Amino acid sequence: MLQVKNLNITIAGATRDISIVKDVSFELDAGRSLGVVGESGSGKSMTALALMGLLPGAIRASGSINLAGQELLALSEQEMCSVRGNKVAMIFQEPMTSLNPVQTIGRQVAEPLVLHKAMTRTAAREETIRLLDRVGIPDAARRLDVYPHQLSGGQRQRVMIAIALSCSPNVLVADEPTTALDVTVQRQILDLLRELVSETRMALIIISHDLGVIGEMVDEMLVMYGGSVVERGHADQVFAKPAHPYTSRLIEAIPRFGMPRSERLKTIPGTMPEMGSEMKACIFAGRCDLVYADCLEAPPPFVSVDDAHVAACIRAGRVMETTQ
Amino acid sequence: MIAFLLRRIATFLATLAIASAVIFAALELLPGDPAQIMLGIDAPPDALEALQKKLGVDRPVVERYFTWIGGLVVGDMGESFTYVMPVSDLIMTRLGVTLPLALLAALISVLIGVPVGLYAAANHKTPRDYGVMIFGQLGIAIPNFWFAILLVLVFSIYLGWFPAGGFPGWDAGFWPAIKALILPAFSLAIVEAAIFARISRSAVLDVLREDFVRTARAKGLSRKSTLVKHVLRNAMIPIITICGLELSSLLVGTIVIEQVFNIPGLGRLVFQSLTQLDLMVVKNLIMLLVALVVFINLVVDLLYAVIDPRLKHQGH
Repeated sequence: MLQVKNLNITIAGATRDISIVKDVSFELDAGRSLGVVGESGSGKSMTALALMGLLPGAIRASGSINLAGQELLALSEQEMCSVRGNKVAMIFQEPMTSLNPVQTIGRQVAEPLVLHKAMTRTAAREETIRLLDRVGIPDAARRLDVYPHQLSGGQRQRVMIAIALSCSPNVLVADEPTTALDVTVQRQILDLLRELVSETRMALIIISHDLGVIGEMVDEMLVMYGGSVVERGHADQVFAKPAHPYTSRLIEAIPRFGMPRSERLKTIPGTMPEMGSEMKACIFAGRCDLVYADCLEAPPPFVSVDDAHVAACIRAGRVMETTQ
Repeated sequence: MIAFLLRRIATFLATLAIASAVIFAALELLPGDPAQIMLGIDAPPDALEALQKKLGVDRPVVERYFTWIGGLVVGDMGESFTYVMPVSDLIMTRLGVTLPLALLAALISVLIGVPVGLYAAANHKTPRDYGVMIFGQLGIAIPNFWFAILLVLVFSIYLGWFPAGGFPGWDAGFWPAIKALILPAFSLAIVEAAIFARISRSAVLDVLREDFVRTARAKGLSRKSTLVKHVLRNAMIPIITICGLELSSLLVGTIVIEQVFNIPGLGRLVFQSLTQLDLMVVKNLIMLLVALVVFINLVVDLLYAVIDPRLKHQGH
């Protein structure tokens, strides 16, 4: 239903265009979920904004984003307005600041309904109550006239989900939806998202730097590093047998409950290469401990290690063995 | 909301009380005898004595202060010795000219400044934005009395659309009176409009960076609807703040502009009573101007609460 092919995102620079996302491709069917992981600057949020057609000013996307037969990158800004919030919806990292502080919750949830579904105020009000109730806002009918500052962070994120859900989108993009929330609330929000996916058959793209969040939530996952996809596959496959050294090190870095206090948390030494640096070698070569001469000669192709499980590493097979 | 209202009104009254004490003390501290100052050194002794008695200089300071305040409360401000009429009547007549003038100027500056600022913000970092900002700089730099002379030259002398000065009074009818106020109002408004344009522009740009603007766009609102439905009201707080300050500075601005256009308003009265040392008028005029400014600030505070629901619930 959603097909992204060779998505490239570039910033128009003074002398040349700087590439920030390179050749991202994936497919996602209705009712399925995709996790996108990577550290800050890996291009995951830019990919999300490209799906929404909301890339800031001088940043351009090329390639193909096909949603149920419609090519999103070919749409005009005006046409894209009728897709946003209607067929593709998004929730953000900061529930505390993502709602308009001077408008009531009811009005903010009803807005897309009036905009896309041409509902009357009364009909939209009824639907808003149903939506707020569905996302777990207690006493929804009486909360319509409440302002965002009167709600907790978790409740505000529920309101954001209600807004995103209002027009029954085909795809919901959640960019770090639980990062700003405390752990117990995180759990509830993730459970809610999971229920909604199976209930409404929408596709969910969840972006996170937290492998814990991704691991238990999604069917498929995409690991991004320095603007490129380095590994893609079913989430359980990737977790059980990571085939890219970066993924493997990321999984090793997750702190485990009950690990001895004396044990140091694992880190990946080095830093991510700078944006827009030319790719003449494997992008991870600088931080990889399996690096060989041929890693430095050309960017590695995707190596298929299992059914629908690929990694951009010429030593994918060996990586899988070592993490056995 | 009621607690909020009461708190603000209490602050308002306290400020007025302090201001009145300061004004009274300042005039009290003037060296010499106020009656002598008002009448000059050549004054005949019997006139001097009569005025001293009228001013009550022989009574204790505290008593005189409270007599003044008591008079203010019931609207009795004493008598002006240069105009030979009750100060309250004098001020009320003048206020009937200056208040409409200041409000007209404020209206013009908001109606020009805010939309221009919005336009610049919506076209941020484009030639349109830069163009508006250059005119804004010019507007701020122009002295209003010079602009007033320019307006008179063009619209009164060459085009003959508006009178070059004077004020026929409200008895002459609404339109002739307003017509006499239009050029002075524009002269006063030009600087304020430029300031409004700059403030509105930066207020809107600040709000445009907020996360909820991205939410509005993610809902499918166009740039324009986002601006109108979500950005504008959030940008109103700094705009309203400036509005309050501008109104105060407009009242002060009338002192010069009324002089230029020969308009018998409060501004001219301030100027005249100061040069004639009519202390009775000066004292009450300053008090009135302070009260107007403090009142404007009270209204601004109350408007904040209307615009931003977070302020209303602060006490809870």
